[in-house]
Order: sequence, then structure tokens, then C-alpha cells
Amino acid sequence: MTSTIGTTAPAPAARPIVTPPGLASQVRTHVWRNVKHIRRMPEMLADVTFQPVMFVVLFAYVFGGSINAGVNYREWLLPGIMAQTMTFSCFVVAVGLTNDLNKGVIDRFRSLPISRASVLMGRSISSLIHSSIGIVVMAGTGLVIGWRIHEGFTRAVLGFALLLLFGFAMIWFGILAGSALKTVEAVQGVMFTAVFPLTFLADTFAPAANMSPAWLRTVAEWNPISSLVRAIRELWGNAAPLAPDSALPLHHPVESTIIWSVALTLVLAPLSIRAFNRRTSD
Amino acid sequence: MTLHATPAPYRGPAIEAEHLVKRFGEMTAVDDVSFAVPQGSVLGLLGPNGAGKTTTVRMMTTLSRPTSGTARVAGHDVISDPDAVRRSMGLTGQAATVDEFLTGRENLRLMGSLYGLSRREMTRISDELLERFSIADAGDKVVKDYSGGMRRRLDLAVSLIAAPRVLFLDEPTTGLDPRSRVELWSTLRELVADGTTLLLTTQYLEEADQLADRIIVVDHGRIIAEGTPLELKDRSGAAALVITVSHAHELVAAQALLASHVREVHVDPGARQLTAPVEGLADVMRVARVFEQSEIVLDDLGLKRPSLDDVFLHLTGRRAESEESADDQAAEPAAVMEEVR
Ligand SMILES: Nc1ncnc2c1ncn2[C@@H]1O[C@H](COP(=O)(O)OP(=O)(O)OP(=O)(O)O)[C@@H](O)[C@H]1O
Ligand SMILES: [Mg+2]
Repeated sequence: MTSTIGTTAPAPAARPIVTPPGLASQVRTHVWRNVKHIRRMPEMLADVTFQPVMFVVLFAYVFGGSINAGVNYREWLLPGIMAQTMTFSCFVVAVGLTNDLNKGVIDRFRSLPISRASVLMGRSISSLIHSSIGIVVMAGTGLVIGWRIHEGFTRAVLGFALLLLFGFAMIWFGILAGSALKTVEAVQGVMFTAVFPLTFLADTFAPAANMSPAWLRTVAEWNPISSLVRAIRELWGNAAPLAPDSALPLHHPVESTIIWSVALTLVLAPLSIRAFNRRTSD
Repeated sequence: MTLHATPAPYRGPAIEAEHLVKRFGEMTAVDDVSFAVPQGSVLGLLGPNGAGKTTTVRMMTTLSRPTSGTARVAGHDVISDPDAVRRSMGLTGQAATVDEFLTGRENLRLMGSLYGLSRREMTRISDELLERFSIADAGDKVVKDYSGGMRRRLDLAVSLIAAPRVLFLDEPTTGLDPRSRVELWSTLRELVADGTTLLLTTQYLEEADQLADRIIVVDHGRIIAEGTPLELKDRSGAAALVITVSHAHELVAAQALLASHVREVHVDPGARQLTAPVEGLADVMRVARVFEQSEIVLDDLGLKRPSLDDVFLHLTGRRAESEESADDQAAEPAAVMEEVR
């Protein structure tokens, strides 16, 4: 090609003015993208639809008969499965983030004049949407098998709000895992060997009070998921009477859930942001 | 910092690298690289695998922090004002980073809205880009169903959504078929004619030759040569005419015939090949006509241009991809590191 060096630079052509949008608009764009993904791949929702519905059926009809929860087992079970679904929001975030990191999508975003936080915030919100779809499906399934909320509107809403709050804390764990682990397979490995059992080692599917040896019961009762489940069961009128010798958090489940969620966020947020920054700088 | 409504026209170099160094642990990937690219011109960064091209581009596009040194894009420093750099440039990385689960159009919209383009502008520019990169028909198809070359073209289109004044392309034509490659070259020329400054990395001398005003050859993180394509080619030897004779017994006759039309002839009897330095295609045509009128049967007759390999051979005294370090007597520590690896 003929060189134009040395001559004056050509007059710049009309170019659209780049005025980076505000943070809210950036986040909205990321959420738009992630929701598109869900719409293109509805099978992504399997973890919050088929899987929990299968658990409902399994536990309500197969194991339920032999589990004594002290109240109607199906009503007692449903908040447990909802809490499990919400806990898995960390999985959704981690897989999405790892994929984006590995495919260079995050690098592309980092080359744009946008806030780095917007990517993570977009992921978090999409993941809460993802999990909330699961909660709606669970509620629908629950209504079919006889679960009801026996308390007023405010307490019902408070229960859902607690679920979201806990989901928010779990998202930080997802960002941590997604940033620290290199592959989707590794993320799946950690989730299935660590998080999955933790959702069972709680007052979710079988009463923690019946677990033995005693230390196992202690662990289960101190598990933040147990506080969450107990809190929404009480708020919705699905709870069984509490064993008097239960661990402290279960005596104040709503407060404990809030404290757990805030504490987890305070610990995990800086760690996960550091892991993300480290992963995206070389 | 505010967004200047009427930017003072910046007339300095569009891209400047100042003693850029990047170390990964013990390994020096980029070793004291400095250059400047005038506005509206094209710089080709040429080098073999592992030369440090991508690392250099990543530092200049704020994706990777230099170990030392700095770079400026459109006058903005990558370290002290990365956001201004990001507003001024577009990047297409070495690996396609388009979103597989969005359509081509949605990919453009994703980036466009992150740049803050209005919906109207976005639609107009998207249509234009899809057309320009010959993916208009596939604009509403999910990228998962695109071929590799279509993805690559979309990737490039996406990096042009905000019409950046400075464009970084890391091996833009890798994975494109010859036609798409030529089409892309002409698209890039149009951009440059519109005043865009282009930095592209490549492993192919021909590509740098086609597009670049200046070429920087890097190896082991260091600049080993710099100049216009012509200068570099002159330094790496002229083009050669290569003739392969069909029958060994006609080799001598062919040599005699050829010798009467060119300055000198080398003979490789084993390969039944004759090689002669020539100026260009005109010489080849001339010789072809001569042989057409003779009785000598040829397997092949063609022009062999200096390849990147030849440039390398010439500049470094070793093959571009060679692993063994052989006799680099006073090699820099960085080079030694790399060779040992
Ligand atoms: N994140 C990293 N960590 C460690 N080493 C790295 C990293 N990125 C690049 N390198 C090393 O730095 C050197 C230069 O790599 P770079 O990707 O810049 O080369 P390149 O010229 O782009 O090569 P190619 O033509 O293969 O794309 C290589 O030896 C590579 O292994
Ligand atoms: Mg590279």
C-alpha cells in the first residue's frame, strides 16, 4: 500500500461520540446478555427447575414417609428445597464467570470504558433472577403437593426477602470460586463435593435435631442454611416446634440469617474481588 | 475527568510505546520495546510464536500492566488514564471473543450499548458493519452456528462499533480463507483512509507488506528490525524465480536458456530445480514466455518472495521457529531464558 506517512493526518471521519453509560445502564446491559443466554438455553434452568422438582418428588413421596419432621412433611420440606436452590446461586455465578474468563469475554469487557464492577454486578443480578425463577417453580410445585403459607402477606414477603439476601451472600462465594478455579469442571467439582453435601447437612430435608452423632447435629444446626430454613418456615407457618436443646441460631432464626448473610458477605466480598482482580491481571 | 465536548485536536503519535517491559516470573516476554505510530498510519508487529506480540498489545490496551515502561494511546497514558485509552481504541484479540449464544446483531448491540451509543446509531452502524464484513445474512443467527471465519469477521465488526480512532488487531486474519483475508485487507485500508490508526500483529510478512506503512520485527520480546516493508525485504534478499524441469536430462539446456535472460542461475540437480534472483513478476512472465517457446517440459515455474522465514534467517541467522539456540554467543539473558524454556 502507498505510504501516507509524512503528509498531514487525514481529517478524522465523523465518529459516534463515546459517552460511556452510567453504572446502572452498564449493569442492565450485562443482565440483558445473561438473560438472553437463559432464553437461548432454557436447559440452563434445569438446576432450578427439574432438579429441585425431582427432589420434591423424591423426598415428599419416597423418603418422606420415613422422616418425622413433627409437622406435615411436605410443608416442612418445601422451604428446605427453596433454601437449597438459593444456595446453588453461587454455582450459577461461578460457572458463568469461569466461562467468560476462559473465553476472553471478560478481557473484551475490560478493554471497554466501563466499570469493572458492572460485570460482576450484572452476573450477580442475573444469578438472582435465575434462582428466583427456581423459587417460583418450587412455590408452584409446593402448591400442587399441598404446601401453603399460613401467615400474612408481610411475613410471606419477608421470607422471600431472606432467601434473596442469603442468595446474595452465596453469590460472593460463586465469584470467589469462579475466579479462583480455572475450569468449569473444577467449579462443578467443588460445588458437588462441597456445596451440595452442605445443603443436606442442615435442617433442610431431614430435621437436624435427629442427626447423630451429636457433633454432626451441632454442625448442621450452626450451618447458615439451617438458620435460613428455620426462619422462612417460622415466617410462613411451616415450622415444627423447636427442640429446646437446639443450637442458639435456631432460637433466633431471622436474626441469625441476617447476621450470617452479612458476615458471609463481609468475609467473602473482599476475598472474591481480590481473586477476580488477580485473575484478570497478569 | 470530563468528556470533552470539543476535543482539542491531538496531533501527536496515535500510539507510543516507551520502554515497555513485561516479565512473567523469571521470563521476560517483552523486553524494552519502544515505538511510535503516527496518526492515520499502520504499524505491523511481525514475529513468530511467543515473540511477545500479544503481550505488547495487551499492555497497550490496558489489559495487562507493564512491569516497567508505559504506553500512550491517542495521547492518553495506559497506566495513569486507562479509561481515556479505552474510550479511544478498539481491540480484536487473538482469540475470538464474541458471545456464542447471542446473534451477530446482538453482539454488536451488547458492545454498542456498553459504549453508550444510542439505539438509533447502533442499528445504523450494525447494519453497516454486518454488510461490510459480509455477514448481513447471518446477522440474526446465533453465533454458535457461525463458521470460524464468520466469527472472526464478527469479532472485527464488534471492535469497530464505536468507530475507534485507534485500532489494535491481534492476528486479524488467522483462520480466514484467502478471499475473506483479501476482503478484510481492503476493509482495513478503508478504515485507514478514514483516519484510523492501526496496529496489527501478524506472523505473515505478506500481510504486513499489504497493509503496513512500517513494520517492527520482534523476537524473544525484543525489536530486532524496523522499517518499511520495502526496506525489510531488501535486507532479507530479493525475490527468486524457481523453475522445476520435468526431465533431468533437460536441466542443462534449461540452465543455458535461463542464463541468457537473468543475471545468475543456481542449479539443484537433485530437485531438478533452477533458481535465479529476479526483480518481480514481469521477469517471471518474460521467462515463462521464453520457456513456452522452447521444447523443454516444466513441472513448475514461479516466483518465490522472501518469506517471514527468510527475513528471520537474514535478521537473526537462524530459522524463525527453531528451538535449539545453537550459537547465540552474547545472547541477552531474556533470550537465553526463552530458549531454555
Ligand atoms: N500470562 C502469562 N503467563 C506467563 N507467561 C506468559 C503469559 N502470557 C504470555 N506468556 C509468555 O510470554 C511469551 C510471549 O507470548 P505472546 O503471547 O505475547 O506471544 P505472541 O508473539 O503473541 O505469540 P503467538 O504468535 O503465538 O500469538 C511467551 O513465551 C508466552 O509463553
Ligand atoms: Mg499472540
